[in-house]
Amino acid sequence: MRRAYLDHIAATPVAPEVQKAMEPFLGVKFGNPQSLHFIGQEAREAIENAREQVASLINSRPEEIIFTSSGSEANNLALKGLALAYQKKGNHLLLSSTEHQSVLHSGKFLEKLGFEVETLPVDSYGRVDPDEVRRAIKPQTILVAVMMANSEVGTIQAFKEIAFICAEKEVLFHTDGVAYVGNLPVDVESFPVSSLSLAGHQFYGPMGVGALFVKKGTRLFPLVDGGIQEGGRRAGTENVAGIVGLGRAAFLAKEKMKDWQKKIIPLRDQLISELPRQVEQVILTGHPQDRLPYHASFCIQFIEGEAMLLNLDLKGIAASSGSACTSRALKASHVLLAMGLDHALAQGSIVFSLINGNTKEDIDYLLEVFPPIITRLRKMSPLYAQFKEGQK
Amino acid sequence: MIYSEKVMEHFQNPRNVGKIEDADGVGEVGNPVCGDMMTFYIKVENNRLVDIKFQTFGCGAAIAVSSMVSEIAMGKTIEEALKITNKMVAEELGGLPKNKLHCSNLGADALHKAIEDYLQKQSQKEEDEKAEKTVSEKEKPREISCPYCEGPLKGLEEYCRACQIELEECPECGLPRKKGDKCPHCGATRVRV
Repeated sequence: MRRAYLDHIAATPVAPEVQKAMEPFLGVKFGNPQSLHFIGQEAREAIENAREQVASLINSRPEEIIFTSSGSEANNLALKGLALAYQKKGNHLLLSSTEHQSVLHSGKFLEKLGFEVETLPVDSYGRVDPDEVRRAIKPQTILVAVMMANSEVGTIQAFKEIAFICAEKEVLFHTDGVAYVGNLPVDVESFPVSSLSLAGHQFYGPMGVGALFVKKGTRLFPLVDGGIQEGGRRAGTENVAGIVGLGRAAFLAKEKMKDWQKKIIPLRDQLISELPRQVEQVILTGHPQDRLPYHASFCIQFIEGEAMLLNLDLKGIAASSGSACTSRALKASHVLLAMGLDHALAQGSIVFSLINGNTKEDIDYLLEVFPPIITRLRKMSPLYAQFKEGQK
Repeated sequence: MIYSEKVMEHFQNPRNVGKIEDADGVGEVGNPVCGDMMTFYIKVENNRLVDIKFQTFGCGAAIAVSSMVSEIAMGKTIEEALKITNKMVAEELGGLPKNKLHCSNLGADALHKAIEDYLQKQSQKEEDEKAEKTVSEKEKPREISCPYCEGPLKGLEEYCRACQIELEECPECGLPRKKGDKCPHCGATRVRV
């Protein structure tokens, strides 16, 4: 059976050179980077090399990079670590309503500690209006968090503009770059950002490793107490192989990002223009232009996402959905609801996210097998029957 | 795969999908907020479910559950069908993931709702029939004939063409009598005011 992997947002495949770089650290180079002996020092050097590679990807200084276990941990560290470090300055936080749960739930945690957390609305494309940020900043505001791009709808935020507003108002600005970094160029010198999170599995590095950039001079309250790893800001014996992999992936991304984009964008655009042409009542979610190069997301009216995913899986196609039935918690995507979509429409969420290596044949294959799946599911749907009756 | 083989089999080849236009009972449960919506249509003959169809908006489990419920209930009596439980459906499907068990609840609920709808319609029908009967008895047009020649009359106050007399409604018994005359039915002589 033909197979097409279109689930970048879940994980990108580990690049062969990344795997190769990691392998020794899963075997012979097993040393603890904190050890003074030669085998420990070998690991330590590897970590510092990786730190330089990650820093180079976003044009930061190596000492501004803290390795974490994931993008989620990086977001937790930023939100909680900054809020706790700056709580004497104020207690008000502004988060965009389409942030990743690791940001929103960190906000909920901080609310329990007495912080005031306010969410910023988004428009129907999922964008935060920078003027809205300006209006919402209060004298007690210490931190604003708006992501670079959203993984569910692909929309890229006006993060630079928002960063400058925050700088002007002397408020910290955190941006979740997990979906963005490694896929589009980032230069932390070009906009005033306090912290920025990233994760390896979004640019052909391994899962279970991420990083947080924290601007030099920014105070941070550590969440994991223990040893002096990561400059005392994140204790715990390092995931050396993972960090090496993340570093190698960052190096690769910096070099290859443009090539990847060149190949992926036409495929994304083919999908975005073709699917609504072939199937009625299909809505593109997120911004039509300002979106991630690898991202094509839709809502297919009258049917549900998980049923689509199962059918696609049977045809060898891997994709994602923000439907309630797909989530373990059985809750509709907070992103789609924040964008003003109703529950029934949000249930029809389907996300195709491309990886380097996808071909036109993959998209052609998807466009061949997906419309009949939609037709079959719609035949079962009472909502589609109602729609058809309404049309008569 | 998160689902059992049986679930996937029903999901891929759902039985009894569709709508019964002249259904005897319709049951609708769920809403898009909770994720799933199901509509069951039933056809009943001699107290048995002779046809079942469903429409489902929902996940793989919801579709498989709908299909399984329709299969279990087909041909069963109303009483038997009402005994189908959510647990039974889930077991027949070889189990469901924990967070999908609510889908099996919806399946049996939708069927039971269709049956309730049928039963309600039945009792409504019986009542209507009863009501119709009493109404028809009351309003049944009485056959009226001329009390003198027994020729048919169209109304009470008619001119009898047969015996050529003018008739009026007796104010006492409501039957026709010769205008201003003594009633041949009840003997009343009172004149209508």
